[in-house]
Amino acid sequence: MRAAMAPSSDLDLLSVTKKFGSHSAVDDVSFSVTQGDFFSILGPSGCGKTTLMRMIAGFEHPTSGDIRIRGKSMVGVPANRRPVNMVFQSLALFPMMNVGENVAYGLTCRGVGKAEAEQRANRMLERVGLKGFAERRVTALSGGQRQRVAIARCLVLEPTLVLLDEPLGALDLKLREHMKIELKQLQSTFNTTFVYITHDQSEALVMSDRIAVMNQGRFEQVGSPRELYHHPATPFVASFVGETNRWTGEGTGGTRIRLASGGEVQGVELSHAKSVVCFVRPEAIALSSSEESLSSLPNRFAGRVSAVLFDGANSSLLVEAPGFEQPLRAVLPQAGPLAGIEVGAPVHIGWTADAMRVFAA
Amino acid sequence: MLTKRASLKLATAFAALMIAGGAQAAEKLRLLTWADYAPAEVVQQFTKETGIEVEITLSNNEEMISKLRATQGAGFDLVQPSQDRIAGPQQEFGIYKPLDLAKLKSDLFIASMLEATKKNTTVDGKVYGVPHIWGTDGLVVNTKAAPSVADYPDLCSQAVAGKASFRAKRPTLIAFAFANGMDPFAAYKDQKEYAALMEKVGAKLAECKKNVKFFWDGKDQLLNALRSGEVVAAMAWDTGGWKLNSENPDIKFVAPKSGALGWVDTFAIPAKGRNDDAAYKWINFNMRPEIAAKVAASAGNFTASNGADKLMQGKLKDQFAESFPKAAIDNIKWYPAVPAGIEEIEGKVLDRLKAGS
Amino acid sequence: MMPARKLALFLLLAPAVLWLGLLILLPHVEILILSFSERVGPRVYAFGLGNYLEFFTEPLYWRTFARTAVMSILVTALTLVLAFPIALYIARVAQGRLKAMLLLLCLLPFWVSELVRTLGWMMLLRETGLISYLLQRVGLASQPVEMLYNDGAVILGLVYGGLLFMIVPLANALESLEPSVVEAGYDLGGSRWTVLRRIVIPHATPGIVAGSIIVFMLTVGNFATPVLLGGKNGLWFTEQIYAQFITRFNWPQGAAFGMLLLVLSSVIVWLGLRLSGQSLGTTLRQA
Repeated sequence: MRAAMAPSSDLDLLSVTKKFGSHSAVDDVSFSVTQGDFFSILGPSGCGKTTLMRMIAGFEHPTSGDIRIRGKSMVGVPANRRPVNMVFQSLALFPMMNVGENVAYGLTCRGVGKAEAEQRANRMLERVGLKGFAERRVTALSGGQRQRVAIARCLVLEPTLVLLDEPLGALDLKLREHMKIELKQLQSTFNTTFVYITHDQSEALVMSDRIAVMNQGRFEQVGSPRELYHHPATPFVASFVGETNRWTGEGTGGTRIRLASGGEVQGVELSHAKSVVCFVRPEAIALSSSEESLSSLPNRFAGRVSAVLFDGANSSLLVEAPGFEQPLRAVLPQAGPLAGIEVGAPVHIGWTADAMRVFAA
Repeated sequence: MLTKRASLKLATAFAALMIAGGAQAAEKLRLLTWADYAPAEVVQQFTKETGIEVEITLSNNEEMISKLRATQGAGFDLVQPSQDRIAGPQQEFGIYKPLDLAKLKSDLFIASMLEATKKNTTVDGKVYGVPHIWGTDGLVVNTKAAPSVADYPDLCSQAVAGKASFRAKRPTLIAFAFANGMDPFAAYKDQKEYAALMEKVGAKLAECKKNVKFFWDGKDQLLNALRSGEVVAAMAWDTGGWKLNSENPDIKFVAPKSGALGWVDTFAIPAKGRNDDAAYKWINFNMRPEIAAKVAASAGNFTASNGADKLMQGKLKDQFAESFPKAAIDNIKWYPAVPAGIEEIEGKVLDRLKAGS
Repeated sequence: MMPARKLALFLLLAPAVLWLGLLILLPHVEILILSFSERVGPRVYAFGLGNYLEFFTEPLYWRTFARTAVMSILVTALTLVLAFPIALYIARVAQGRLKAMLLLLCLLPFWVSELVRTLGWMMLLRETGLISYLLQRVGLASQPVEMLYNDGAVILGLVYGGLLFMIVPLANALESLEPSVVEAGYDLGGSRWTVLRRIVIPHATPGIVAGSIIVFMLTVGNFATPVLLGGKNGLWFTEQIYAQFITRFNWPQGAAFGMLLLVLSSVIVWLGLRLSGQSLGTTLRQA
């Protein structure tokens, strides 16, 4: 089966496990990354994603399993011999070298002559929009420029794979939003396979072709951003990817679920489990001032606005409703009739049966 | 010259400050002397008799003079340089004050030695030193390992190659001058002649350097090397030789054929001594035969005290008799006072000796 | 308000100013003045450059200085080569308690005086000492071996004495090197040697320079170690200064030698800074 692996995959991990003492930081993880993909590994801190990345880079060695790049096993190959380059969380630019030397460093390590290395470094700087920056000290660059140097330093080596370890973490929000788009563009221009590590689901969702959600050393689900968002395979994925309302309850044997807080909600699947968790996305919850307009929805509740969370296009309401322990969160369309609603106002909420995901707890 | 005077004033001010700070303490005698010259027993007895405490600092000739020069003669109430090192430094630096001979009981001293010392330490008609302890410089030889060593140049013979030692100091220059048929003391009066003579001595010593294990500096360093056999022949003080002889009969002090060098350590009072009365009391106390005998036994040397020799123990006497037959005593070369400028000449010769290889 | 604050500031600074003035500046000025006086006769001195001329005209003195300087540079280089791996280990490998213990181990010899440390080496190296004895026991030597009283012993003693002063600024400099920068060096294809040469050493340069200056100055100005371990051949320039002051009572000459030692060794340090492209400011910050 393994020999039949698609030839177009750049990276294959086969049952990789890494143990520190008796603790498994990475536990039996297998996946493949197709050539040209922007692949993200998303998970909370401590989930093992950094260890996984360091194993791919060659700074850690798997306890068991195999890592293959373009079909070639990397076990026993030191970091400086792998066709993999890394953009570090701190960027790790060389402060003792100027921008040009930073980019040319890898080339000279490969034995490329000084003049040619300089030329190629300059060409690469031009492509990432840093023309004429070669002589600058790296300390004299802005956060975004430093980011581009770090990427240029990798791309100039034309690696099979670029690893990125939360490189946007240190940037301020505005720049981070901008860099998300820039990174994605760079990746598609160079058509290089990127493996991106983050704990920020929005970064992963915006940039990735495919995302692996990692928790406690294991992959919970691998899929496209859309799949993960709309069809989470596990409760962890459902709650980690995107905003959601979450309730615990009890299956009735039918499609109804009795919540621990007293209310009853309607799903699509039959649920026999003694205890279940249900998720509903805020944007799946419809708001109305009249009960009638929601009459087609199987889940309907009357409530009262307990908070208005204004955030432009992302604004939402918290609604207190009988039978629910916590207020429900619902997206508040700024173009709709309820845009001006105040705290304390009565409101009707409802959602379809298939908007709710139900998992056995 | 003005700045010189200014700095002098500053120094005096500091000295005054220090005196003011220390004046209220109990009566004290600050003694700058050699190791073993003031044994605890003697000090205790002195304090008991006079109520004066004695504060002892140990040193050697050069450091004594340097210390006094640094303070222009302050910091100590009584010092014990060798008799040949008083007149020159006094002329040059004025670090001593004349002795009031009336305060000393002259009949406690061996008369001939007292006269000789007074003569040697007289500057402008004033006497600056009286004798206390005397001894000689000669050869300390492990007679089993180096039976052939009988004079200073034998230290340079193949028989003791790498196992000989002497000091890179003036007594060595004087000794090798005599051993090579020259008379350095006669040349003291003419600096040019002395310089020429010292050049020759320096050349001889430079040849000898390869034979030397080290130029010894402290007495214990040399005695340890002789004990362990790393050194088998050295130019050194008689007292060290006799000390080792008591431990190992093979090691002997030998009066060299060309003559042992006789030295006399004195009592002198620094120019800014604060307690002259105590100093005179200490001198008179120390010259009492029974006290002098104790000090001599502690130092392992001889005393200028009249009659103390009768009280001394037999061992040192026997060792002295073995090392110094009648002819050897007559052959002892006593250091005359060192005129100013002589040490400058010697210093350069010694610097070259140390630098050469 | 203002005068009171000025007074407070003055009082605050007074101890430091007094300290600098009385204990550092004043003695040097005194020595400088002293070095320009020449003895004419007993207790008569005149202004002159004779003491300085003496240094340049008498080969003995400048050769001694040259020897001292060359050996000190050698000692500094050897100390650096020895200290670098130790500092690298302390800064980058050792953790927590082990790190503290290693630093303490380096510090331990300094709890006793330099004299005692040197005497310790003498006991090991002398003809009847431990090493000679062991060599004979093992059969590598048929008779006692003298390892004392030569340049090798002097260098050994000086390197030993300088090691700590090299390790501390080096470890300091190396500690501030981000681990990820080193990893990036490997990740981009650098070999161990490339990473050391192009990343670790350039980063540690301020520490290297700081440690080298300290060790060089300590070595040039050392007295006990060359005198005791070098014996009759351990000629060191400080010995000349000591001899002029103490055994020859020639203070002006000693003062001139002292000033020359200060100036010439400062010139060597300045040249070293120029060659390594460092400024004194960044170096002092590192130390």
